[in-house]
Amino acid sequence: MKTYIAQRLGIGLVTLFGMSVVIFLLLRLAPGNIVDILFSTGGYVNPSERAAIERELGLDKPIWAQYLDWIGQMAVGDLGKSYRYDLPAWEIIKPLIPVTLELAALSLVVAVLLGVPTGVISAVRQDTRLDYVLRVFSLAGLSMPSFWLGMVIILGLVSWSGWIPPVTYVRPSENLGLHLIQFILPALAVGYRSSALIMRFTRSSLLEVLREDYVRTGRAKGQTERVVIWHHALKNAILPVVTVIGIEFAFLIGGLVVTEQVFNLPGLARFLVQAISWRDYPIVQNLVMLIAIVVILSNLVVDMLYGILDPRVRYGN
Amino acid sequence: MATRPLGVDEAAALPARPGRPGLGTVLARFCRKKPLGAAGGAIMLLIVLTAIFADQLQTRDPIATDAPHTLARPSETHWLGTDHLGRDIYSRIVHGARISLIVGLASTLLGSVLGGVIGLLSGYVGGKTDLVTQRVMDILQGLPLLVLALVVSAALGPSVENVVIAISIPIIPRAARVIRSSVLSIREMQYVEAARALGLKHLRIAFRHVLPNTIGPFIVLGTAQLGSAILVEAALSFLGVGVPEPYPSWGRMLSVSAAEYAQKAPWLVLFPGIAISLAVFGSNLLGDALRDTLDPRLRGA
Repeated sequence: MKTYIAQRLGIGLVTLFGMSVVIFLLLRLAPGNIVDILFSTGGYVNPSERAAIERELGLDKPIWAQYLDWIGQMAVGDLGKSYRYDLPAWEIIKPLIPVTLELAALSLVVAVLLGVPTGVISAVRQDTRLDYVLRVFSLAGLSMPSFWLGMVIILGLVSWSGWIPPVTYVRPSENLGLHLIQFILPALAVGYRSSALIMRFTRSSLLEVLREDYVRTGRAKGQTERVVIWHHALKNAILPVVTVIGIEFAFLIGGLVVTEQVFNLPGLARFLVQAISWRDYPIVQNLVMLIAIVVILSNLVVDMLYGILDPRVRYGN
Repeated sequence: MATRPLGVDEAAALPARPGRPGLGTVLARFCRKKPLGAAGGAIMLLIVLTAIFADQLQTRDPIATDAPHTLARPSETHWLGTDHLGRDIYSRIVHGARISLIVGLASTLLGSVLGGVIGLLSGYVGGKTDLVTQRVMDILQGLPLLVLALVVSAALGPSVENVVIAISIPIIPRAARVIRSSVLSIREMQYVEAARALGLKHLRIAFRHVLPNTIGPFIVLGTAQLGSAILVEAALSFLGVGVPEPYPSWGRMLSVSAAEYAQKAPWLVLFPGIAISLAVFGSNLLGDALRDTLDPRLRGA
């Protein structure tokens, strides 16, 4: 198990290294740097001033030197300085993390609460009208842009109750109720979309397990259908679903990029979009690396969980 | 009776073997067996026709602004209302079908073909090449699809071609995975062994004998990716790094300005979103049914 984890972490590091090169080069490919953008809004600026700013930001060095600077800083945990805000990147990023994590966690809860039960019902009632309805319902969730769904939810809420949710972010310490409402609405929109994949995996995995001998044995013993399905069958059927939930977590972060924008929540994803439009390289680079680390770690955790939940799966040797 | 060579009588008794079933027969069978898939196909056909005949279907110039008639309610003159610049929403949605479909199809095709060739070579050659390719694919897959597309799109700058490239890049590793895994099993087939025994060159075997047999998974993959490509285009355009003005794009129609006027003019938000959802829904339905038909191993996944 230990060697397995070490191996996986090693592969993860290689992936991260590759990612850093790709992201770094991509951002240098972009037309115009921060200095261009600052100057295009600021009118005429003389060339020597421009050169001075470029030197200060390290943009005058050759690309490979800029890359080495960045990697060196990252290795010692220094995330660099934001060009735009003239603040250490970490100080800007730090308060954004809980917002995004809270939203992602809530969305995942919605997705699981919605996906697993509908998947079970759909499998038990395979090929009935209810099964069709549930499958279309979940496919519809997969087809709607979650940011649009979020807009529609707000519109519906406003026209139904006449109450407009707060436009600016409310801290939990200010007003917990409002704060929760602010997060539940986007979580519903994002979670509904993510529930579709969970629902489909639960359904197909349960359908497979329901054909097993021990399920027949359970029924033959006279156990109620509820015990057979929820206690015996689901326990084994849920394993592949755990993997999907892990993958879904990584997907969620992608979905949040637009949703945070729509709901005006000051999270990582919204900030990434702003930083990209400002060509704020240190912020973009480090945010993308942060997302990559989260994705890789969540995949690793899911694989570990799999080994713990299912004694038949053992790693190593 | 037992001395008669086996099969002779049976062959005579059998009705003349029909040739390959015609396209009509195949379609009719598909519709009967997969009603949901057929519905998806019908939706896609409708959108394709809308895209082709957008110029005939429009009631107004989709990019002409009309200052006296901004934010008009849906009416006889403006079927789905107008936006904050007075542009006709219906005509914009009709033309948006073109952009969505072109960007969606082009990026799916580009990503699947590139990924497919990488998967084919990586699976066929195997060994170290395969290992290295897999690691590179890991890198591209280490980011959520939308995040990668966002960074690429922002880096390349806004234009229709760049949006296509940005969306196709995250599709590459996904396509490579699928094709590689099916190549791994095809590689061990006897006809591949036979081709090798005949002394055919590797490249010829890979492209002429292995590749055609991955067409099933390839079609399944393409239809599945089309839906997400359309969604990513909508999201990118919404964020302002996608399809640039003046092209009417469904995602762009939903962007900031629409959100601003949403309370006053909900039709600004409702109709473009319905168009996106319908297109993605259609391709998802069709993709599911095609997967069940063409690739029984993946059924229900």
